[in-house]
Amino acid sequence: MDIDRDEARAMLRTMHTIRRFELKAQHLFEEGLARGEFLGALHSYEGQEAVAVGVCAHLRPEDAVLSSHRGHGHAIAKGADIRAMMAELLGKVTGISGGHGGSMHMFDPAVGLLGGNGIVGGGTPLALGPAFAAQYRGNDRVTACFFGEGAAAQGVFHESMNLASLWQLPVIYVCENNLWAATTPVNDAWPVEDLAPRAESFGMPGMTVDGNDVLAVYATAAEAVDRARSGGGPTLIEAKTYRHRPHCMVIPEHRDESELEEWQGRDPIPRFESYLVREGLMTDVEIADLLTEVEAELEEAAQFARQSELPAPDTFADHLWA
Amino acid sequence: MRNVTYVRALNEAIAEEMERDDDVFLIGEDIADCGGVFGVTAGMLRRFGRRRVWQTPISEAAFTGLAVGAAMAGLRPVCEIMYVDFATTCMDQILNQAAKLRYMSGGQLTVPLVIRTQQGGGTCEAAQHSQNFEAIFAHVPGLKVAMPATPHDAKGLLKAAIRDDNPVIFLEHKLLYETKGEIPREEYVIPLGEADIKREGDQLTLVATSRMVLHALEAADRVAGEVSVEVIDPRTIVPFDLDTVAASVEKTGRLLIVQEAWQSGGFGSEIIRRIVDRCFDSLKAPPRVHGSEDVPMPFSPSLEARVLPNPDSIASAIREIVA
Repeated sequence: MDIDRDEARAMLRTMHTIRRFELKAQHLFEEGLARGEFLGALHSYEGQEAVAVGVCAHLRPEDAVLSSHRGHGHAIAKGADIRAMMAELLGKVTGISGGHGGSMHMFDPAVGLLGGNGIVGGGTPLALGPAFAAQYRGNDRVTACFFGEGAAAQGVFHESMNLASLWQLPVIYVCENNLWAATTPVNDAWPVEDLAPRAESFGMPGMTVDGNDVLAVYATAAEAVDRARSGGGPTLIEAKTYRHRPHCMVIPEHRDESELEEWQGRDPIPRFESYLVREGLMTDVEIADLLTEVEAELEEAAQFARQSELPAPDTFADHLWA
Repeated sequence: MRNVTYVRALNEAIAEEMERDDDVFLIGEDIADCGGVFGVTAGMLRRFGRRRVWQTPISEAAFTGLAVGAAMAGLRPVCEIMYVDFATTCMDQILNQAAKLRYMSGGQLTVPLVIRTQQGGGTCEAAQHSQNFEAIFAHVPGLKVAMPATPHDAKGLLKAAIRDDNPVIFLEHKLLYETKGEIPREEYVIPLGEADIKREGDQLTLVATSRMVLHALEAADRVAGEVSVEVIDPRTIVPFDLDTVAASVEKTGRLLIVQEAWQSGGFGSEIIRRIVDRCFDSLKAPPRVHGSEDVPMPFSPSLEARVLPNPDSIASAIREIVA
């Protein structure tokens, strides 16, 4: 699929922003540990950047995204502010959820980010809601729902596909199959290789894509988003990918080093960069400059987070009721 | 005033709110063509059409999740779960999602959702169709919980629930649907969080909820020559009108809670905790909870009748407290 030069650059920039955000987040977490502070769970999206970026490139601010526990990448790709996200990781009052949510609960409705979720598969039925609202109000907004292959074993995911297809809702279910649900390999969870055939059993299209190839994700998502936007109903996409880090900061690496090395050889960022240089869309120098800019932005975001205040303790009851 | 059934009162509340606000829609099992298995949504499909009335597969987790998500997106869903017992299949959507989304998002999201369901025993439907779960919902911060006992309260509270910007669990009772009562001819709304003194008295405060309000009033009649009982229906347990109950206890010095939920771990115990905190020195006798026996609901009519509180058992409890 042909891609516009500006769009390609923007996508690379977002992929780098996600990668650098995760590295910085990990650094902040370790700084906290050194001070004796434990800042909850942190699930790195490193390695999966092509999925969020390839899908969200087709979304408008008013389109909705429902994310998962591993959601920083989705939030950044949907346009959330990295300073507010970084501050949220430290529980600061300037955080994207005011310090009430943390890593797994980042919300920014202004850019269509309707939140991460601490319950595996928890977003899959919620995603039906904004899709239903678009149909109810007769507009062409779509909803994308990201979840891991672990969530694909949940009953509610299947109920949600059934309802999405039954009512032809404009929703795109994006399964990021990174092969491991915490410490359980997908082969211990699925009796089959691919997810897409399950979609067919609900009467909706299912597509399998190389989740480490941003252009392939971009092309597949284009089809799914167009279908949803034009009233053609839901799509299930399974993106085969891999996370470069352990499940979260507190679970030691349990996977074979050789598997990790093999997947690092398919790292979506260098792959995309090679393509851009080969096609003459960017030069090595431009890529290096872009990286310097991204790095400066992330450093500024980390400083903002460190320097922001914690919420006043007595504000704990704020935001419980509307 | 007009004399209408509880089910008619609920039906009017829904129709009026749907007429008033196009964002209100209905979703649930068997609610369209048949109008709900208890008839609460009868006529809605004809009046408002398929766009506003969504009959679902038996898929509570998906359609409740849809309702939560639609509320996040600005609609005002009225979601029917046929029996409260079935809400166990969508507790993630209710307890983890609906109750917490506004808080977790730092106040950015609003979830104007009503989940209507019905609970209670007395119909020989046995252990999985007779439960009372209000304490579970009330225990989790972020949910309002209404449990009206009369047609008047049912209509006024449901209208308030639909207009509320928070998730509201609206607990009807299967044996109240055909009960009748007076309601005003003109439109009215009853704010959530205001108790109603159903009968005045000065020797014992009896707080009862849902169908137990009717039994409590009957028991109060039976003991009228011996004890002057004040019967208070909180109408919503979240928010809970502690002021009204505490003022009554300060007057009577005695407190009995009657709930159809199990005796142990229910909201009645919570009311006692709050009263003990607020006005311990006013108490002349230990406060008591009278609920159902702590067993799954048995099927047999003789067993079911023994397990549930009734006017006789309530009257006995009243006499024991004042003895």
